[in-house]
Amino acid sequence: MPVFNQSRSRIIRLIFLIAFIVIIAQLFYLQVISGKYQRLADENAILKKVVYPPRGLVFDRKKKALLNNTLAYDLMVTPSQAKGIDTTYFCRLMEIDTAEYRKRIIAAIIKNKSFRPSVFEASLTAQKYARIQENMWRFESGFYIQERPIRSYPSNCGANIVGYIGEVDTNYLKRHTGEGYLSGDYAGMTGIESSYEKALMGQRGIQYLIKDNFNRIKGPYENGTLDEKAIAGNNLYTSLDIDLQLLGEKLMTNKVGSIVAIDPATGGIISMVSSPTYNPNYLTGSERRKNFSQLYQDPQLPLLNRAVNANYSPGSTFKTLQALVGLHEGVISTTTTFSCSGAFYGCGSAKPMKCLDPGTFYLKTAITHSCNTYFANVMQRVINNPKYPTMDSSLRNWDRYMYAFGLGHRLGIDIPTEQTGNIPTPEDFNKIYGNGRWNFCTYRSVSIGQGEVNTTPLQVANEMAYLANKGWFIIPHIVDSIEGGDKFGLLEKYKKRNVPIDIPDTIFSSVQDGMQGVMESGTGRGAQVPGVIMCGKTGTVENYYRGVKQPNHSFFAAFAPRDNPKIAIMCVVENSGRFGGTYAAPIVSLMIEKYLNDTIAANRIALEERMTNTNLIPPLMLQKMRTRDSLMQVKRDSMERIKTELIDSLQMQETPEDGMKLTPQKNNVPKRKVPAGDPSRTNIMIKPDDRKQLVKTRVTPGLKNDLV
Amino acid sequence: MSQRDPAISKGIDWSLIWIYFLLVTIGLLAIFGATYKEGDPVIQSFLNFKTDYSKQFYFFLVALVLGLFTLLTDSKFFSATANIWYTAGIILLLLVFPFHTRVSGTESIIRIGGFQFQPAEFCKISVALALAKYLSRPDTDFTRTRSQLIAAAITIFPAALTIMQKETGLALVFFAFFLVMYREGLPSAILVIGFAVGALVIATLLVEKNTLALVLTGLALLLAYLMRRQISRDPSFHIQLLLLWVVCVGIQRFGVPFVFKHVLKLYQVERIYSTIGREVPQEYIEVHEKETDNTTGKKKDTDYNVRQSKIAIGSGGVIGKGLLKGTQTRYGFVPEQRTDFIFDTIAEGFGFVGSFILMLIYLLLLFRIVTVAERQRSVFSRCYGYGVAAVFFFHIAINVAMTVGLAPVIGIPLPFISYGGTSLLTFTILLFILVRLDADRHMVIR
Repeated sequence: MPVFNQSRSRIIRLIFLIAFIVIIAQLFYLQVISGKYQRLADENAILKKVVYPPRGLVFDRKKKALLNNTLAYDLMVTPSQAKGIDTTYFCRLMEIDTAEYRKRIIAAIIKNKSFRPSVFEASLTAQKYARIQENMWRFESGFYIQERPIRSYPSNCGANIVGYIGEVDTNYLKRHTGEGYLSGDYAGMTGIESSYEKALMGQRGIQYLIKDNFNRIKGPYENGTLDEKAIAGNNLYTSLDIDLQLLGEKLMTNKVGSIVAIDPATGGIISMVSSPTYNPNYLTGSERRKNFSQLYQDPQLPLLNRAVNANYSPGSTFKTLQALVGLHEGVISTTTTFSCSGAFYGCGSAKPMKCLDPGTFYLKTAITHSCNTYFANVMQRVINNPKYPTMDSSLRNWDRYMYAFGLGHRLGIDIPTEQTGNIPTPEDFNKIYGNGRWNFCTYRSVSIGQGEVNTTPLQVANEMAYLANKGWFIIPHIVDSIEGGDKFGLLEKYKKRNVPIDIPDTIFSSVQDGMQGVMESGTGRGAQVPGVIMCGKTGTVENYYRGVKQPNHSFFAAFAPRDNPKIAIMCVVENSGRFGGTYAAPIVSLMIEKYLNDTIAANRIALEERMTNTNLIPPLMLQKMRTRDSLMQVKRDSMERIKTELIDSLQMQETPEDGMKLTPQKNNVPKRKVPAGDPSRTNIMIKPDDRKQLVKTRVTPGLKNDLV
Repeated sequence: MSQRDPAISKGIDWSLIWIYFLLVTIGLLAIFGATYKEGDPVIQSFLNFKTDYSKQFYFFLVALVLGLFTLLTDSKFFSATANIWYTAGIILLLLVFPFHTRVSGTESIIRIGGFQFQPAEFCKISVALALAKYLSRPDTDFTRTRSQLIAAAITIFPAALTIMQKETGLALVFFAFFLVMYREGLPSAILVIGFAVGALVIATLLVEKNTLALVLTGLALLLAYLMRRQISRDPSFHIQLLLLWVVCVGIQRFGVPFVFKHVLKLYQVERIYSTIGREVPQEYIEVHEKETDNTTGKKKDTDYNVRQSKIAIGSGGVIGKGLLKGTQTRYGFVPEQRTDFIFDTIAEGFGFVGSFILMLIYLLLLFRIVTVAERQRSVFSRCYGYGVAAVFFFHIAINVAMTVGLAPVIGIPLPFISYGGTSLLTFTILLFILVRLDADRHMVIR
């Protein structure tokens, strides 16, 4: 017997040891060094369920709800786990065909990977919800229903103010990384839903659940100790007055335009009407997608908030500011007179600007009767003031006033996408005409609020607040206070008074005298609210679309009462034809009456009816609507044809890759979320681009008639 | 010395017994941890013979009784009956062919009454005894090649039968007995050649075949250059070197592909390739698809098990999540987790510390068995002891290595811990025979 082999016991032990060391080393690597397995294990077994807090509500100044919450049910799918379900049955329940099913699954995979849940169908209708819920056990592996609070709008108004919420897209997620948004979440897209998103959204909670290898929920993870509670969003209290808003929207039926009413003392917006508007309830719930594209393609642009997004030349309402500048610059006094023999001839051979009733005017009467010649002279004096040696410096001085009055830049209202308006600068003119090759006469129409000057309705209303306050304003804003405090400093800028230029009260009083005259004996006579001392100014704005003259816009801006003003308001009715006093003034008058007296006097109900029933949809828009309708008919037909062809081809090819080819079809849907006007296509207003073109072709300066 | 000694405990190696109890307890805990359902009454469930841990508990009691019987048996009985055990084992294995039950994936199980019995498991004991018996025969001269071949045949025969029953994993265990033969004087060269062939096979899987052929040729030429003196003295070196080269390249070019195409099943090929982290070459897949013509294993995630197992182990971290807290093992992500992948439960629940301690206990067991084997006076006992050590080592090393992704997945249990009556009983008897033999080591003069 070979006893000498005893040494081999050591070798055998060594083999054992080496094998164990290798294994232990691998264990050490897996458990101690490599950190990824913990994460992988969590992905396997822990379902992070987002708990959505109720979004904050929005109330008006009387604590009436403008915005409420209800529940919607989303059907969620995890594509990798949705295999092996009875697709045919599922599709029958969902009322879709299998091609659509595949399309949605592929879309979900592309958007959110196959192992993460995505929305299969958002906001199920009550019927679908009931059907799916009943049969959920069949599809439990890949589908689940998620409750989501959605918005409802009990007062059914102010759609463009509150805005809407929408599903966040990849860009949104990119811009808001680290703020806790997940694909499929909803966030405020426009209006105050968007500006106050931080306060409204609250804090999402996370519920950690354990699932097994078949994705079945086994209960809370770690007894729920890691769960984060959802914290409800904060309610917003606005300065809006729902009753006034409703009246405004009613008065603006079948008209294109806007009303903005501001409380001058606080800068709070009482009412902001953009017409045509839409029923905000269209953009919640299951029909959202369909309604949205319908609204989006509507040539009336109901999704456009004209109060802040539309630019108009302010017309004669601008004369009040010219008066302020003239008085403060000392180039005129309240007793300075200019005569109008029918037109302004201060520019020699250039086309004269006509005025309505010839005569001799001093400041008060000039405002009251809206004399073009008077204000052309005022501005000529301001511009040709020898204090400022060059054209550039004098225009820049004038610009300084305009900026101070809140024009030419965004005011900073708490509604996103506010437009700047335009105040012409020396740079602009140098660019267009060349250095020094322009003078006052080049832009004389600016003196009466035409031509290169552009304002948003909000800016005009703010102008009124500024005049009412005699020299200061608070940046207009919708939201007064946030429940639980302004944690994000969103309201900071709405607390302080802006006193941009120190202009003495007497100057304001002179201008206000003129404006009071407008109501009592001038162009706005018809808009007087009985028993209230008001100040107002009419405006009739000439405008062009691609060089073609369109019916005038009707403007009216006012504040009331003159002492201790409560409301500063403006109204524009686009392309209404006629004068500012014809349509805009009565609307403003009714609004003021309603706000100050809380009701409309019986003898004025008829006026209210008449204004409501007047249809002033511009002819151009009607034409566009007709074109759209016929286009849509054609499109519907061709879509129908494409669809049948697609279904035929799909039936021949069964692989999911073919489903991918479906996606380009989606590109037919426009990419832009907000119809930020594309002037060449849809917008019927004059946009800066058009205007510049007009300036070049020298069409504008001829203001032949009726600038009231 | 009388067998009627008042204590059967006399001479018993208590350390082995303690390790045994420790491991079985850990096993029960692990099975409990893997299969306990939230809310079940623990004590009742342990006794009602319905849950897996309860069943394992009763298997343990049965194993204890059998172990006790083993301890009460005269140690001479084992050497005397070794050949009978072997014959019985082989007959049982043969009986499996006509009488095996239909259990998916295996044809190695006989069902008697309510119990399943796997003769291949039992055969480990038979082979351990028979090999020990053969090697300890006075007229066996293990230095002779003939004896070596007979010894090899004793182990390989049941292995071949087991492979035919589609239990490749279990069959491989029998090759562990070469460790015993090595201890008893099998030339080291065989061990070296074994390793070399192993290395060559792995290299074949990893390296592109033409490159590998070139490398081998280069090595052969280098060797020829280095040994040119010997070659000039003895020209037969040429032939030997050439033969070596032919064999190596032959294995690489033809041997391995042949085995992968015609011996192994597709799933086995896939498991092997997934262990080294490679895709299965298309040619193997094609051959197998032609052969079987069924699409059962069509692109099924072959490394799912190992990936989940690694996730479970890795997520245990340093100190683990605690018993019953492991999400991966508790909620069914790891397949076969009460049997082949039971190690995951421990590694996830108790982390690196827990798994390290368990490995230490196993190492202690193996070293203790080797020590015990070495102190035997009889060759039979020593060989048997090494047989036990070899079987345990193979099971432990391959099982744990497979759960951590170092070895291909072959379904063999972790001794004393995996759920399963047959394996627990087999391992118990295997160990207790050694304890019995060891207790009587002083009596043996042979």
